[in-house]
Amino acid sequence: MPIQSVNDFVVRFANVNGSGSASANELFARAVLRMGIPVAPRNIFPSNIQGLPTWYEVRISEAGHLGARGGTDLMVAMNPQTWDQDVAGIEPGGYLFYDSTKPLPKSKFRNDITVIGMPLTAISNREYTDPRQRQLFKNIIYVGALAALLDMDIGEMEKLIAEQFRGKEKLFDANKHALHLGRDWVMMNLDHPLGLRLKRANAVGDRIFIEGNSAAALGAVYGGATVCAWYPITPSSSLADAFTGHCKRLRVDPTTKRNKFAIIQAEDELASIGIVIGAAWNGARAFTATSGPGISLMQEFVGLAYFAEIPAVIFDVQRAGPSTGMPTRTQQTDIISAAYASHGDTKHVLLFPEDPAEAFEFAAAAFDLADRLQTPIFVMLDLDIGMNHRLSRPLTWDDSRKFDRGKIMTAAMLNAGEEFGRYLDVDGDGIPYRTLPGTHPTQGSFFTRGTSRDRYARYTEEGAAYADNMQRLLRKFETAKDLVPRPLQANATKATKYGVIYFGSTSPAMDEAIELLEAAGHALDRLRVRAFPFHSSVTSFIGEHDFVFVVEQNRDSQLRSLIVNECSIDPVRLVPILHYDGTPVTARFISRAIADHLDALKVTPLRKGKVVS
Amino acid sequence: MTYVVKPKFHHPELPKNELGYTHRDYEGSVSTLCAGCGHDSISASIIEACFELSIAPHRVAKLSGIGCSSKTPTYFLGNSHGFNSVHGRMPSVLTGANLANRDLIYLGVSGDGDSASIGFGQFAHAIRRGVNMVYIVENNGVYGLTKGQFSATADRGSKSKRGVVNNDNSIDLIGIALQLGASFVARSFSGDKTQLTPLIKAAIEHEGAAFIDVISPCVAFNNHAGSTKSFDYVREHNEAVNRLDFITGRAPIKVDYAPGSVETVEQHDGTTVTLRKLDSDYDVHDRLAAMSFLQQHAAKGQIVTGLLYVAAEAEDLHGHLNTVAAPLNGLDEKELCPGSAALDKINAALR
Repeated sequence: MPIQSVNDFVVRFANVNGSGSASANELFARAVLRMGIPVAPRNIFPSNIQGLPTWYEVRISEAGHLGARGGTDLMVAMNPQTWDQDVAGIEPGGYLFYDSTKPLPKSKFRNDITVIGMPLTAISNREYTDPRQRQLFKNIIYVGALAALLDMDIGEMEKLIAEQFRGKEKLFDANKHALHLGRDWVMMNLDHPLGLRLKRANAVGDRIFIEGNSAAALGAVYGGATVCAWYPITPSSSLADAFTGHCKRLRVDPTTKRNKFAIIQAEDELASIGIVIGAAWNGARAFTATSGPGISLMQEFVGLAYFAEIPAVIFDVQRAGPSTGMPTRTQQTDIISAAYASHGDTKHVLLFPEDPAEAFEFAAAAFDLADRLQTPIFVMLDLDIGMNHRLSRPLTWDDSRKFDRGKIMTAAMLNAGEEFGRYLDVDGDGIPYRTLPGTHPTQGSFFTRGTSRDRYARYTEEGAAYADNMQRLLRKFETAKDLVPRPLQANATKATKYGVIYFGSTSPAMDEAIELLEAAGHALDRLRVRAFPFHSSVTSFIGEHDFVFVVEQNRDSQLRSLIVNECSIDPVRLVPILHYDGTPVTARFISRAIADHLDALKVTPLRKGKVVS
Repeated sequence: MTYVVKPKFHHPELPKNELGYTHRDYEGSVSTLCAGCGHDSISASIIEACFELSIAPHRVAKLSGIGCSSKTPTYFLGNSHGFNSVHGRMPSVLTGANLANRDLIYLGVSGDGDSASIGFGQFAHAIRRGVNMVYIVENNGVYGLTKGQFSATADRGSKSKRGVVNNDNSIDLIGIALQLGASFVARSFSGDKTQLTPLIKAAIEHEGAAFIDVISPCVAFNNHAGSTKSFDYVREHNEAVNRLDFITGRAPIKVDYAPGSVETVEQHDGTTVTLRKLDSDYDVHDRLAAMSFLQQHAAKGQIVTGLLYVAAEAEDLHGHLNTVAAPLNGLDEKELCPGSAALDKINAALR
């Protein structure tokens, strides 16, 4: 029985990398959105420029589920290389749309799916002579075909094309023509629409469609970052690119046409973080964007910034490790390496945004936190948030907000006779005052170093002075607990002994998993951790439950280890739920894994007093 | 010697500069380097250069990496902020500091291990970016703090104190700096203060990447027969192409020169450098000729010193990046934050 569904299904496009399919597929996703139906598209792409398989998955969900769902209801199979795996991945009762120009043997199909063949190549070749045009417009033709098959509003597609090619009439006409070519062919030759349909809805609201990396970069602009140093690495490069783009629009002095920003593509990640530390030492707000391998390379400098107490903001757009791992696949896998980066006793502040809106907010907040705490702040994004368009609440900014530059001793304060000791804890919060270079002709200068020093920044190898400083750094870390974004708790409708902790990009899948679990009669309280060091509510949440599941996208349950270590929790109380194959975690996976555990825990004794051997 | 506190009092009639500072105001704490170390002479030259130029000490940021040379910023300009960063990474930290505030003077002090080995890449990239700085390498051809291993600038065939012969080719940082577009390139010798001090002054005034390679013999590990970086060897093989006097808007220093041997070089920022030519064929504006001259003399075992190259037109990193005239670290939220109205527009474009 073919699947029947309105506004709730998954379309997956299988393409060849570099064939121009990305913009056609995005056109499809945006058109769904314009019909008022939430979509969550995901690029599944290879570490390659041209030729390897790539997929674009569009989850359509009027209910607003934005996590990956898993499974495919409609496969748009445009890549012969991956045909077998693509056909196999279709849900029973699902649909296969393919290019039927070249006949395929019956054995290449399945009996339990609906097969829709359309001679795309033949149609395109008949219409166009230029090989590149044949390729590009074939993509638009299938989008037009989908409009008819799924009963979409082709007017929305035309509007999108018009916006894209504003002022380029020829291109608009050509694309519109290709769109109608596809649609008309379906209308004349195929049964339509399918059991899968789109119906105009009103479920998008005022939400925006943005990539996490772009939102984070915008947060850096709003947070006052002026210096960006970076080294190209997937999946973080688009963050630095976006910062460049935002700055060109928002940060050029209108009269002098000069830049209120400095962006350096450095020679490597060591130089990137070095530039950031130099700039921040000198009072500018500075950041770098990188991924796991970059974090490994930056270790020594991060330790310097921790020990010498220099603000720095590091965006880590995580990908699958270890080593080069899977550069174009997502994971939450740098938690430990960022939290304890560098040799010696170190601990760092991490922020875990769940989506683009939080990426924007946490990015801006990171610069305040870095200045306030005088330490590196890691904003832990991942490929799933960073490189996919995500439907997100609109970005907001309070115009009365001031940058928190932290404790900076000025020339006026020095002249007024305030005591300055660079590493002197005057307020009991572990945070000392700093002076910026050039502050005062005769007072407040000091030597910044990675070697041990006393409270007045004088070099010393005396044990007591060293320990005093290390203790103060711990006090500062305690202070951080109440400054970083707090965990958010949501309780089940009925009292339960079970809880779940999760963070970052797991969020949408987790929200949906809760619905699935509740539908199956399970109740779970949830806590979304948004930062490290952990707020005291993490410990109390665990204390209030018999067992707490910790859902994360890595093999070694890194967040769980961090909780066990930092909150002194008995590991038995924390049950790891781990997804780490490089694809985004799904609600189906989480709910199945948690339900299995809960069912196992529910085993009741056969008879009271009877010994079970 | 770390525990020796330098007395604050000084002779009441010590000469003062234009800002009213004495020489003592440019000093740092007592050096902990070996007695007779060439590096201390370089520190003395830096102090003298800053005093003579009447630079407010707090307008200088001194940055270094790790090693004997990198310790020296503690021993000069005690009223300047200093940054002893990580090994070989001073150039990136200096680059960042410079981006944050273009108004300060950036003095990078490094050694041959720091700049030619572990930090070779950072050295090269800071130079090719044209960071406005004075980059001084205190070059002794040896790792001092770890007790005498060869560095990458040790000449092939030179002998270590333990008698080991270096078989690796040496890196000539001057050659690299010229090739990568440093707009001010000089070499000097820590034992020749009269040559070195004016070079440092000229480098400070130069707006662009100024690089000075200072041969600075290590008295503990590289001052023996068979070394090519010993005091004796450098004195014997020193081939100075010019002597340099420096003028910066003040009355020129009067020197008696033979007619025709003095060349006045005007820099793009209006400062002028007066050179006393020792080699009449040497043209400080000819980068290609300088590279070839250096190679030819190196092949003969000679160490060419003096101002080797100065670009007629120099532009620094801020020029390339077209940054605003005001230091970036002084811009506030009004200057930097586009505000909610702009954000609403951005939101609208994302629907």
